[in-house]
Amino acid sequence: MKVIQHIRLEKGSVSINGKVDYTHSDHSVNAFAKSVYKHYGVDYPKFYKMSSLSKLGFLASELLLKDVDLSGTDPEHVSVIIANSSSSLHTDAIYQESIKTKPSPAVFVYTLPNILIGEICIRNGFKGEGIFFIQEEFDMEFILDYAMSQADAAQSAMSLAGWVDVDMDGNYLAEVHLLK
Amino acid sequence: MVHTYLESNNIISSLGLNSMDTLKGMLTGKSGITVCRDRGLSGKDFPVSLIDWEQVEGRSEDLVNPNEYTRFEKIALLSIQDALSRSHIDPAAPGTALILSTTKGNVELLGEPGGFGRDRLSLWRSADLIARYFGVTSRPLVISNACISGVVAMIMAQRMIRSGKFDQVVVLGADVVSRFIVSGFQSFLSLSDQPCRPFDELRDGLTLGEAAATVIISRRPGEVELTEGAITNDANHISGPSRTGEGLLLAIRQTLVGRKDVDLISAHGTATVYNDEMESIAISRAGLETVPVNSLKGYVGHTLGAAGIVESIVNLEAMKQDLLVPTKGYSSPGVSGNINVVEQTGQKQVDTMLKIASGFGGCNAAALFEKRV
Repeated sequence: MKVIQHIRLEKGSVSINGKVDYTHSDHSVNAFAKSVYKHYGVDYPKFYKMSSLSKLGFLASELLLKDVDLSGTDPEHVSVIIANSSSSLHTDAIYQESIKTKPSPAVFVYTLPNILIGEICIRNGFKGEGIFFIQEEFDMEFILDYAMSQADAAQSAMSLAGWVDVDMDGNYLAEVHLLK
Repeated sequence: MVHTYLESNNIISSLGLNSMDTLKGMLTGKSGITVCRDRGLSGKDFPVSLIDWEQVEGRSEDLVNPNEYTRFEKIALLSIQDALSRSHIDPAAPGTALILSTTKGNVELLGEPGGFGRDRLSLWRSADLIARYFGVTSRPLVISNACISGVVAMIMAQRMIRSGKFDQVVVLGADVVSRFIVSGFQSFLSLSDQPCRPFDELRDGLTLGEAAATVIISRRPGEVELTEGAITNDANHISGPSRTGEGLLLAIRQTLVGRKDVDLISAHGTATVYNDEMESIAISRAGLETVPVNSLKGYVGHTLGAAGIVESIVNLEAMKQDLLVPTKGYSSPGVSGNINVVEQTGQKQVDTMLKIASGFGGCNAAALFEKRV
């Protein structure tokens, strides 16, 4: 397995394989995510219901896979490995506020970080392994190293592996790699 | 191939502060589920399985600087300490790793910081504190995969040892009941008004619980080996399981790799209408209709990130004595898949145990344990 391509979303910009492909003046996570969704013509209404973390990771997966032919890939052998530092804390804080008035099940479900993996699997029909790690710092080398050994252990043919983080203050970074 | 064995363990649950107390409680039909009137947790009374925190506080006096730790961290430390005391393992030895399995860690600090800094909300921070406490030198790993986290953590431990980089892994699963979690499950209408009834026709929801559980997995030969494991996704719905049990069936098939039979299935059995129905279909489709199946949620509730580890330990300890732990709360079949729910404590030679779990995000996991002489 090796990295085919990678997508990075941070501070209002989208980079594809290290090259800036799109920028948006409003850097705030939700405004930026919406502009990326529109700019790249993504069409998936469920996007609007997602948490910021899921939006960001979902967009990274969409951009990674938009020109990839999945027809020859067995969905049971596609894995999704995501790590971050803040878990779902950005959504946790929003949900915590809602407890005071009316707790929302639509928000609560996103207080589990691995929902992002579920969203990517539902969108693409992936049925392979999904793992969500929490780590102190962004460490792509560790994630890629893990993805490679995971591919051997679980016989994955393709893997989406990366970092998707939105902290409590709304700072964000997503870098997701496609491995085949 | 490197083999991985279970070295020693601990469970801190509503039934006691060690694995044997929890197992004994279950074998005598005791449930740790009680009606909670704490308005800090919920605006109305509800059944829940809570740890005896007074007892935990007493035991915490043995910890170094106990006041520096949150209650989540305290049960984590006490659980590992007890498991270590029953093993020959030096956590500070090179080749040792720590995996923390949790869904929400210290999330209650969002509502009541209790003098702890905001950094303590981070799950990696909890793992870091725990690793430092025991002198574990490698960087700890945190797994947060909803309700399958505990099973995933054990599979991870096995792979880390198989990779040759580690000799022993301390796997800890822990979650505590907070208003955050209770209100969330209430908003989903997932909680039953009565202690949960896994697989029963009258089941109408789950009962929450809290626990910390530790299992030390190592390459040193022991009584029970963790032989296989698999993790899959339904690709169906973020908060509801697949109607056909497809994802769980796939995890079971990948774990059994051609094996036709096992002696016991430790089910997730949350007692929600959809989970138990889905599990029964997956078990039946896997051709395991006659295999005894139990769910332990009727004793200690759904302990989230600890669940997979608690249930594995209880069943493995019972298996060493060739005992079956019954499914508390179950009386008449209420699922469409044909399964053999364990109703009474019984003697049976159990050499292989399949642990299964499913959770939000459409995730499923399975792990196979085998008795060794």
